[in-house]
Amino acid sequence: MSNKTKLILLAVASLAFALAFIFIDLGRNWDYALPRRLEKVYAIVLTGGVIAFSTMIFQTITNNRILTPSIIGLDSLYLLIQTFLIFVFGSMNMAVTNENINFVISIGFMVLFASLLYKLLFKGEGQNIYFLLLVGIIFGTFFGSITEFMQVLIDPNEFLIVQDRMFASFNNVKTDLLLIATVLVVIVAVYSLRFIKYLDVLSLGKDQAVNLGVDYDYVVKRLLIIIAILVSISTALVGPITFLGLLVANVAHQLFNTYQHKYLIIGSVFISIIALVGGQLIVERVFTFSTTLSVIINFIGGVYFIYLLLKESKSW
Amino acid sequence: MVDVKNVSKGYGNKNVISEVSVKIAKGKITSFIGPNGAGKSTLLSMISRLIAKDAGEIYIDGMDLTRCKNNDLAKKISILKQSNHINIRLTVKELVSFGRFPYSQGRLTKEDRKFINEAIRYMELEEIQDKFLDQLSGGQRQRAYIAMVIAQDTEYVLLDEPLNNLDMKHSVQIMKVLRKLADELGKTVIIVIHDINFASCYSDYIVALKDGRVIKEGTTDEIITPSVLNEVYEMDFKIEEINREKICVFYS
Repeated sequence: MSNKTKLILLAVASLAFALAFIFIDLGRNWDYALPRRLEKVYAIVLTGGVIAFSTMIFQTITNNRILTPSIIGLDSLYLLIQTFLIFVFGSMNMAVTNENINFVISIGFMVLFASLLYKLLFKGEGQNIYFLLLVGIIFGTFFGSITEFMQVLIDPNEFLIVQDRMFASFNNVKTDLLLIATVLVVIVAVYSLRFIKYLDVLSLGKDQAVNLGVDYDYVVKRLLIIIAILVSISTALVGPITFLGLLVANVAHQLFNTYQHKYLIIGSVFISIIALVGGQLIVERVFTFSTTLSVIINFIGGVYFIYLLLKESKSW
Repeated sequence: MVDVKNVSKGYGNKNVISEVSVKIAKGKITSFIGPNGAGKSTLLSMISRLIAKDAGEIYIDGMDLTRCKNNDLAKKISILKQSNHINIRLTVKELVSFGRFPYSQGRLTKEDRKFINEAIRYMELEEIQDKFLDQLSGGQRQRAYIAMVIAQDTEYVLLDEPLNNLDMKHSVQIMKVLRKLADELGKTVIIVIHDINFASCYSDYIVALKDGRVIKEGTTDEIITPSVLNEVYEMDFKIEEINREKICVFYS
């Protein structure tokens, strides 16, 4: 089966899942249910696409297939920002209650952090990917600890507001944000188009990329900022769910068995949509909301991850 | 011509290259020789802009290396490092196609395909062009990487220990190809090489480095002498002429 056929099949499957999600058990009040379901499916497609895309780029930059952007602490930073805002300004402040302002603040800080991290890690020579990992994990833990510290101190009622933002869930997608998120994603996507051609070469590693005329520092810095914006968009929309990226990026690699990012990226976006819409369908129709999507994604993702490790260890 | 002027590079307090100046002639094979840690690979990496220099200037055909556009440089100079581990699965042909990236930006034209096929033929890789790199032997893989550099079609070809881990047969094969690149296609080849006899038999010029400095440079005849080599490597050499090639004997 050629890669193009696979892409078409994945597209058809994504569409089928989306339609199933929208129309199963629609009931009589469809003028009430339909817009809500459409909104939800749209949010899922947007998040899924964004996560797949950002993880794929991240794995290419780092030349490592078991990393996700969460390793550089962006998820933890998001939670820190949310907690910090409530800790300092209280839950009734504009920065917390107004989703749009909150969204802009979160993205601003995450991009700032990514730039600083980049300056620290990629600027020096002989930069080592394990150094990036290490610093990322340390920052993530550091952010996590401060977050927890502040959460312990704040008023329990305020904590409930924080807690609401800690878990990924599509049951309460912040629809206010859909418009601004869509605009941002479109801008970032258009901006990242010019870097897409470099991805195949970047997967050969830094030296080869420089040899082939890629302005490595420039391109990687831009891509890292693109990743930071995309991750914060998806996190602000549904909560921390970057583990999904690991799953879909690897399934895409497995399925397409190519280095060409035009297949890998589009394929992983479709796989991501299938996983999320399918998962949400199971949550709503099989478990009748007794569990959350991230539990299912993490369960399936975890099992797949172990399989991946076992399989990789054989080939060594 | 590559013109290196007073270039220095240090890591921490240690100077790996100190104020090296060297001129490399066009259309010839120039070898960098010297003991381990002499700074050969570092110098090569700086000429190919893989690592930044701390001080000094490097000119390629009169152009300042730091002021050139990356993509223009990629059409002028290519580098192959000694270890080329890549994480993705590629066939030989796909790898060679990457060599055309500076020209096509990923969209191969007819002309690109011509260059790719020529490079594959040049390195005698036709039979294995659709095999994956991880299915190949070390020698075949090295030939595939060199084919990629040939497809890149640059005036300057820089190779960091191209004979690393190769047996005699493949080493000779690769050196012959480099000779052909210089003689037939007029390319300037710069290599870092440890095997002094390969340097002696195949290069036109030799630059001897030691402790981050150029201690001697000149034509092969000028460098392959017992006194110079003794100074470079701090051991005794006997040099015999066999078939009009100077062969160093240093095994005892």
